[in-house]
Amino acid sequence: MHHKTRIALTAIGILGLSMAAQAHAQGSESEDGEKYITLASTTSTENSGLFDAIIPQFTDKTGIEVRVVAVGTGQAFEIARRGDADSLLVHDTAGEERFVEEGYGTERANVMYNDFVIIGPGGDPAGIADAETVAEALQLIAEAEAPFASRGDDSGTNRAELRLWEAAGVEPGGEWYRELGSGMGPTLNTAAGMDAYVMSDRATWVAFENPQNLELLFEGDEALFNQYGSLLISEERHPHLKHDLAEQWHQWLLSAEGQQAIGDFTVNGQQLFFPNAE
Amino acid sequence: MASDAGAFATALDLILGLDPDLLGIVALSLRVSLTAVAIATLVGLPLGAALALWRFPGHGAVVVALNALMGLPPVVAGLCVYLLLSRAGPLGELGLLFTPTAMVVAQVVLVLPIIAALARQQVEELHHEYREQLTSLGLSRLRMIPTLLWDARLGLVTVVLAGFGRASAEVGAVMIVGGNIDGVTRVMTTAIVLETSKGDLPLALGLGIVLLGLVALVNAGAYLVGETSRRRLG
Amino acid sequence: MNDMATPTLTGTPPLELQGVTFTHRGQRLLGPLDLRLTGCRRTLVMGPNGAGKSLLMRLAHGLLAPSAGRVDWQGRTPRQAMVFQRPVLLKRSALANLTYALAVNGTPRPERRTRAREALERFGLAALEKRPARVLSGGEQQRLALARAWLLDPEVLFLDEPTSALDPAAIQAVEDAVQEFHRRGTRILMSSHDLHQARRLADEVLFLNAGRLIEHGDAATFFTAPASREARAFIRGELVL
Repeated sequence: MHHKTRIALTAIGILGLSMAAQAHAQGSESEDGEKYITLASTTSTENSGLFDAIIPQFTDKTGIEVRVVAVGTGQAFEIARRGDADSLLVHDTAGEERFVEEGYGTERANVMYNDFVIIGPGGDPAGIADAETVAEALQLIAEAEAPFASRGDDSGTNRAELRLWEAAGVEPGGEWYRELGSGMGPTLNTAAGMDAYVMSDRATWVAFENPQNLELLFEGDEALFNQYGSLLISEERHPHLKHDLAEQWHQWLLSAEGQQAIGDFTVNGQQLFFPNAE
Repeated sequence: MASDAGAFATALDLILGLDPDLLGIVALSLRVSLTAVAIATLVGLPLGAALALWRFPGHGAVVVALNALMGLPPVVAGLCVYLLLSRAGPLGELGLLFTPTAMVVAQVVLVLPIIAALARQQVEELHHEYREQLTSLGLSRLRMIPTLLWDARLGLVTVVLAGFGRASAEVGAVMIVGGNIDGVTRVMTTAIVLETSKGDLPLALGLGIVLLGLVALVNAGAYLVGETSRRRLG
Repeated sequence: MNDMATPTLTGTPPLELQGVTFTHRGQRLLGPLDLRLTGCRRTLVMGPNGAGKSLLMRLAHGLLAPSAGRVDWQGRTPRQAMVFQRPVLLKRSALANLTYALAVNGTPRPERRTRAREALERFGLAALEKRPARVLSGGEQQRLALARAWLLDPEVLFLDEPTSALDPAAIQAVEDAVQEFHRRGTRILMSSHDLHQARRLADEVLFLNAGRLIEHGDAATFFTAPASREARAFIRGELVL
């Protein structure tokens, strides 16, 4: 009778092994067959749905699949530095320029921008809705010591936020300033849970589905401009990468066709990214 | 898809709708976790048995280390495998980063200590009972291993299930080494994280319910097999 | 299997224990002990609890290594088997427990089932072949353990208090089995604290007390004229201190 059990166990073992082989085959299949590149990018672009809208158009045209690894900007740079991604699309201009200066990147180009907005609880306890500038809005929040949720994860958004505090002449700290160490979405979830102010990129905010009591309270200051750049990675440093394919992707983003695709992408009828390649 | 009807309605929608994206994610989740568990079982059971049977200098340290590794945070395991498989790492040449194979490797790292450590306990208990009889029959320790593993099989099924539970539930490791690439390395848990970060909580929870259902299904199967043989073998 | 019905001479090598001592955590539990066993006699190891009977069996069988002294089979190590006080059966069917032992000793696969079934038949277990060994009664389990030992065709059989947990019918079955082994020419070394059992089975007696071998001699002599004070007290059923 345990003959049967033995057969069953053997079958499970064989199944496991064949799956291992299959999983491996699947992993390497694409390298032999279809062409693909790995793109390191930020969660904000992925979460908004932009890639779902534009990548298929690129793939249809070129036959090149784009595999997006969406992480924080800091991690995206690190992945690219180690040679684990063929291309980079992030929003931290200062960091991008340093990346090129250090010799990891060979080319950087503006692709598009969106903007940051200040979100807060519907009651607006700090009264930022009437502020003239983002600097004033942040000062109001600091004076009121109203809870503010910061990404605190060294992402592009986080770096932009810190620059804005600096420009406002406020050193954020104290119990009201909460560094979460999370991505944009989780930070919005947390801010909603504790009725905190939070700075978000517009794309993530518009696509965000759990706002609870949160509302868009401040927008429109040019200081909230959020530039995205595409980078090509040094062939010298990482000769194994698919530089030809990455170049095609880079050029397509900057082409009229790519720029059109970005401009056509909307969520709830609202355009989220504004192409601005030169 | 994510109406206000709540997570259960969403879960039901997901299952009944047989959404091809979801099916792909489910299939990949199962394939990655089951493969990892199969490999960890093939290595972990004999390893655990060997630790139960042999005493050598440093044996205690190995056992403690193995037990401690049961609590290894998935993110740490993921990070180690990432550094290993990264182009700048020692195994970068293989080009395995951001593939399902990398996810399998990371999960093996997570599951192997669980299976080996728990198998050691089970086998040690049984060895205590069988040792004199098997020695009397003339078996060397090496030849005892298959006998002990086979006779401990009912308990070892639970051990393997514990490993499967860990593999299917973890997100930290597969997120780092897989990259959560849509259609390539996106599994149930990383999809749940993604939907949560989009604020689509009903869909995230719905996926969670589907995942729980799958794990329950696997466990129920193992439970039935276990109960049947338990009744047979006493 | 009715060959050697009346064994007298045997090729079984003598067993010699020289100065065998067993200590555990600094405490001497057995020995030093000198002993020589030959032929295919039925030797009963007797003595009160804690006398060292089980230790002696395990040292002789090789399950334990002596702390000092030598356990020496003169010439070659014979085929041996041991039956324990509590039978250790694998979590398999009765039949599978027997085919397992045959597999271990290298019996070709096609013969295993037939031979295992013969043994089950011989020990009155044929009807139970498919039952899980672990759910058999205590007596049935002990008979299965004896059947397993039988299949190994041992030249020396060790039995460590094989009947102490059994009811009279089961004791009878075990004693019958011991006699059957004896008829086949197997040297028997069996421990027991049951005087009546010893009288029924023994050719010779080893009497142990407090880890020392007090007497070693013919059963008839031991029971009628024990040489030592301890043995006399033991036979009278007094507490041996």
